[in-house]
Amino acid sequence: MYKIAIIGAGKMGLSHLSILGGYANTDIVGVCDTSKMVTDFLTKECKFNCFSDYNKMIATVKPDAVIVAVPTKFHYTIIKDLLQNNIHVFAEKPFCLTYEQSAELVQLAEKNKLINQVGYHNKFIGTFKEVKRIAESGALGDIYHFIGESYGPVVIKKKADTWRSDPAEGGGCLLDYASHVIDLINDILSPVKASKGTLLKSIYSGKVEDAVYSLLELQSGQTGLLSVNWSDETYRKMSTSITLVGTKGKLVSDANELKVYFKNDDALSGYSKGWNVKYITDLQEGVDFYLRGEEYSAQLDYFVKALSGEVPNTINNFASAANTDNAISIIKKSTK
Amino acid sequence: MERILFGDNQFFAVNHISDSKSREQSIKFKDDSAIMKVLDESIDCGIKTFMCTTHDRIANVCDLVRADPEKYKDFKIFPCMPYAHKYANAVTELGIAGTLKEYVPGNFFGSLFKGGMAYISKDFEAIMELMIDAEMKMFKGINTPVIFLQNVITDLLLGLRAYDMLAAFHAYIKKKYNAEAGFITMNMPKLVTVLEQAGILNPIVCTSINKVGFRMSGGKAVYEETLKTKKIRVVAMQVLGGGAIAPKEAIEYICGLPNIESILFGASSRKNIESTTSFIKQFDEQNKN
Repeated sequence: MYKIAIIGAGKMGLSHLSILGGYANTDIVGVCDTSKMVTDFLTKECKFNCFSDYNKMIATVKPDAVIVAVPTKFHYTIIKDLLQNNIHVFAEKPFCLTYEQSAELVQLAEKNKLINQVGYHNKFIGTFKEVKRIAESGALGDIYHFIGESYGPVVIKKKADTWRSDPAEGGGCLLDYASHVIDLINDILSPVKASKGTLLKSIYSGKVEDAVYSLLELQSGQTGLLSVNWSDETYRKMSTSITLVGTKGKLVSDANELKVYFKNDDALSGYSKGWNVKYITDLQEGVDFYLRGEEYSAQLDYFVKALSGEVPNTINNFASAANTDNAISIIKKSTK
Repeated sequence: MERILFGDNQFFAVNHISDSKSREQSIKFKDDSAIMKVLDESIDCGIKTFMCTTHDRIANVCDLVRADPEKYKDFKIFPCMPYAHKYANAVTELGIAGTLKEYVPGNFFGSLFKGGMAYISKDFEAIMELMIDAEMKMFKGINTPVIFLQNVITDLLLGLRAYDMLAAFHAYIKKKYNAEAGFITMNMPKLVTVLEQAGILNPIVCTSINKVGFRMSGGKAVYEETLKTKKIRVVAMQVLGGGAIAPKEAIEYICGLPNIESILFGASSRKNIESTTSFIKQFDEQNKN
């Protein structure tokens, strides 16, 4: 039985809390949040042991692992505290505000031999897992171009400022939305090495960008385009897609549907010459408790399994999330 | 509940397997008249219950239904609340407290919100009741004998073990709307156990049931066992497994299961409504014999 605590019971924190509530081999020993309304609800309706100060919570309940789901600007300090106390950490994305902070936490987690994971849930979606498998198999030949896209309706009119509209607090489309796509490209192909030019556009937000368009070069030498806009109301919810163009085929995939064209019949087992279409229903494994997408349950499942050594803690570890933070800083610098 | 319920996903570009299909639907159902045309076709095919989310555009559908009482005299709506994306986008933007402030009507929340004071269980129930009333406004004058809680909220409360809130929803729907509460869930076996313990007998539960086990958390076997052994009234949804199963095969499986009172499906054309309806009738008839 693992003793798990949660810091930050906002949208993601509550989601994690609910999913973990269904687990037999974990015990939620504490929840920390600054909103009295939220902690009163969790205390009275859900019988959780709630705190408003995370240091006090850690000292009192002594968790084995902590889920950190507070705004990004607080990640570095809190996660460092946790790692120094020898506590395993699952943190929400993006990891840190700078690559220097991320790199320091990667080293600290490694030194203290702690399980570490960041909530880039797209990597637990069956279609994107298959995209990675196809890309790594070489069946597409030389992948000479990619497009990573994400669109959705987060900011569709001018509104009062919140932490999401402040770049110093981790706001903006690049850190929030684009980080998901960058993380997928880093993982499926290779980490971002350089940006050949970036446009950060403010559409409705005053201080932060609502759209990111960037030409990227990866460490592998492959090049492609990042196109992300969170002010696009033609999408009902966030929609992420990856296109890979190679000498032996072409692949277009979103979370639900993977379409791949092969020039030859013998490209890959289970696929044939011409267009092949696979749906999430063919590719996604079921989960024991479903809240809002299999991937949210699967990533926590993976974290809990990593605690007991059943899985290797390679997917979405701090090192991979630090690569994404590095890519974000490369993209930011390229606009100057 | 009737055997066949007509759903609304197709009208609001909700498609679980294809974003491009979802865009086509968004274009096709741009105008309310296109929604009404398909809804009228479903009524022609003998389906008298429309199960729908509390999406803003449903308010327009309700206006059109109220405007023609003769035509829609036997027509029923099963509202499913809340339309989650509205709140999800607001929570992203405003936080949980900010969202409640924005959406809970009246001054109640403003007075509760003044710092420092403790909240008691009654307050949370009162907030929920105000939100239910706000969502139900658009259905005034329309027959809504069953009112559902959407899966994202049912399952959130289930995972958080806020079981009293589920019971409070059930009680309030009965008291205020003289209707039955239903629960949409992606975790049917677990929910049924919890509702049973909360003293909610023979509950109405809407859940994914399909031959390929898609979105049947914990696996198909435990669902089939629950259907066989528990006293529940189930509405089966996602019976086509998001399109993974051929309609005939999908319906044959559903019609062979016990305790499934209704089958929910959506379609964008008369042809598809007719074909699914006729499969249900055909297999129900076969199972009778």
